[in-house]
Amino acid sequence: MRRRFLLATAALLSFSLIAAACGDDGGSTSTESPSTTAAASGGSSASNITAAWIYIGQPGDAGWTFAHDQGRLAAEAATGATTLTVENIGEGTPEFEQSVRDLIAQGTNIIFGTSFGYMDDMERLAGEFPEVKFIHATGFKSNDTNFTNYFGKVYQPRYLSGMIAGATTTTNTIGYVAAFPIPEVIRGINAFTLGARATNPDVKVQVNWTSTWFDPAVEGDAAQALIAAGADVIAMHQDSTAAGEVAEKAGARWVSYNSDMSAFAPNAYLTSAVWDWGPYYTSVIEDVAAGTWTPTPYWGGMEDGIVKLGSIASDVDPALVTQVNDLGSQMAAGTFEPFTGPINDQDGNEMVAAGVAMDDGALLGMDWFVEGVEGSAAG
Amino acid sequence: MILGSLVITEAAVIGLVVATIQFATLLYLAALGETITERAGVLNLGVEGMMAIGAMAGYVAAVATGSPWIGLLVGGLAAGLLALVHAITAVALGADQVVSGLALTILGLGLANFLGAGYTNDARRALFTNINVPGISDIPWVGETVFSASPVTYVAVALGVLTWFVLSRTSIGLGLRAVGESASTADAAGHGVTAMRMSAVVIGGALAGFSGAYLSLDLVGHWSEGVTAGRGWIAVALVIFGAWKPGRVAAGALLFGFTIALRLRLQPFGISFSPILLSMLPYLLTVGVLVIISYRARNQPAPAPAGLGIAYRREER
Repeated sequence: MRRRFLLATAALLSFSLIAAACGDDGGSTSTESPSTTAAASGGSSASNITAAWIYIGQPGDAGWTFAHDQGRLAAEAATGATTLTVENIGEGTPEFEQSVRDLIAQGTNIIFGTSFGYMDDMERLAGEFPEVKFIHATGFKSNDTNFTNYFGKVYQPRYLSGMIAGATTTTNTIGYVAAFPIPEVIRGINAFTLGARATNPDVKVQVNWTSTWFDPAVEGDAAQALIAAGADVIAMHQDSTAAGEVAEKAGARWVSYNSDMSAFAPNAYLTSAVWDWGPYYTSVIEDVAAGTWTPTPYWGGMEDGIVKLGSIASDVDPALVTQVNDLGSQMAAGTFEPFTGPINDQDGNEMVAAGVAMDDGALLGMDWFVEGVEGSAAG
Repeated sequence: MILGSLVITEAAVIGLVVATIQFATLLYLAALGETITERAGVLNLGVEGMMAIGAMAGYVAAVATGSPWIGLLVGGLAAGLLALVHAITAVALGADQVVSGLALTILGLGLANFLGAGYTNDARRALFTNINVPGISDIPWVGETVFSASPVTYVAVALGVLTWFVLSRTSIGLGLRAVGESASTADAAGHGVTAMRMSAVVIGGALAGFSGAYLSLDLVGHWSEGVTAGRGWIAVALVIFGAWKPGRVAAGALLFGFTIALRLRLQPFGISFSPILLSMLPYLLTVGVLVIISYRARNQPAPAPAGLGIAYRREER
């Protein structure tokens, strides 16, 4: 019996090992909460549309899912459509397909999936349900009838937030708590660093990979480690507020992401790169209601307001704020593009020649760090 | 010390020690509770769920009252109550301990997420502040790390010493260990097996709740879904790693805490080592220890309580 117990425990631990290796989405339970708050019909033809969102997390994360849910609420108010949500659906799980089938059974016309790993399931289910529109955030697949993808150029406000961070640091070291070494995250780090070096050419950005999207204990500790290594400003690409709360305790400054998180670290908060999904969601629902929707991939920037710079702390130099806002307007107007050469990589090799702007393909596949970033782009 | 192009500073080393102690505190409280439970012969795999309940209830109580201490107590109480479910099903009713424990994890996570839904994304804080032991906290290195810690760390150390004392130096401890080794013998000797085991499960749950409350009132500072992130499972592994002894479990907690803290401190010093591999280290270490235990079990008694995992029914004696 004793041996059997030990063996059983060993088996169980091995299982945990595999689970740990597969990433820390540990144990979060799925809760399905269709919030059928049919909005007060604003007299729009969209009131007979039902749009549903499938979330990787829950809106209470103050981050990624929170931002999408704010967008959903804005679209609901603007169009009068009925909206449904399903939270905590893991990528590649049977729950995803089940949720899609449930939502369609409830009369859903549009399904937004807000995590990269939903892509292949959405592509397959789009084939099975041609009358339903499948719209996938952060992916790259689409078809020519009812499946497309959308994302935003959040690297644009990241560049602006980097300008403020670069001007703020006195140790010339900025810490960056980062999730996983994928192009989306690397692009953000690079844009942030280019911005920081625009206002402070001596700055270096130290990256600390956590291999987590949401594990506050680890993400806070990663910020702590960066502060101990000399960083006095912390930036992050994560779904939790933990890095900012650690910066607050340590007296450092903080650039947040996803949503304006100033309430969680009022003294540390410097600025943020934020999402505003509302206008995109509104336009999709209106187009579907009007029958004019086509499956066109969307990658919008500051010009559409889908990404923007959050509030700026009151102690930031007003002249810098003006400079940042001007550059933001130029981005929106298309006259300034952060990834314009000359850009060197970490080792000083020229990757983009002077005056040349990187194309979308190069941006979407970015797997190298620009000069000034410390750390490995391979994770 | 110079590594690559970077200098390892005093601040960085102190930071590593401080973080090690923080994660060790978190793991030790939960593992100590599981040690007590398992020494009484009951396996409780619900640690993750109990930690989540402790984190949620602790946060809610602390922000409502403004006192992290009340939060800590409420967190312990709530997790103790949850553990009572396991005590009733697995001890009083003799259900399979593995199944009941796993159910407890799912129940605990679900309840914490459901009851705490209104408190996620809540910016209110009621945090523990570190205690600087007068006079001693100014000593370089030791003072800045060991004697400037969270009050919960001192609570954990005190509970560890108390548990060691009760288990090895008192008749209650002797009785509890007897119940864990051989319930029928302990029963014949006049120990109330069911009452003893149920108490051990509830006390173990309360300690897991303290661990959760430490998470939401100190280490992380707030409650949110998924905040426990699988650390309850590391605590279960830690009990085995520490051979069911409070002292060795403490040493293991420091080692496991060190691996977590180290993982985030290599990159800022230009050392490239997969953070994914490092996060597997506690489990790898425990599997290694299990292999050693199984091997040694051929010729000497294993450190696991002999009655661990076996339900006791007097009529089947």
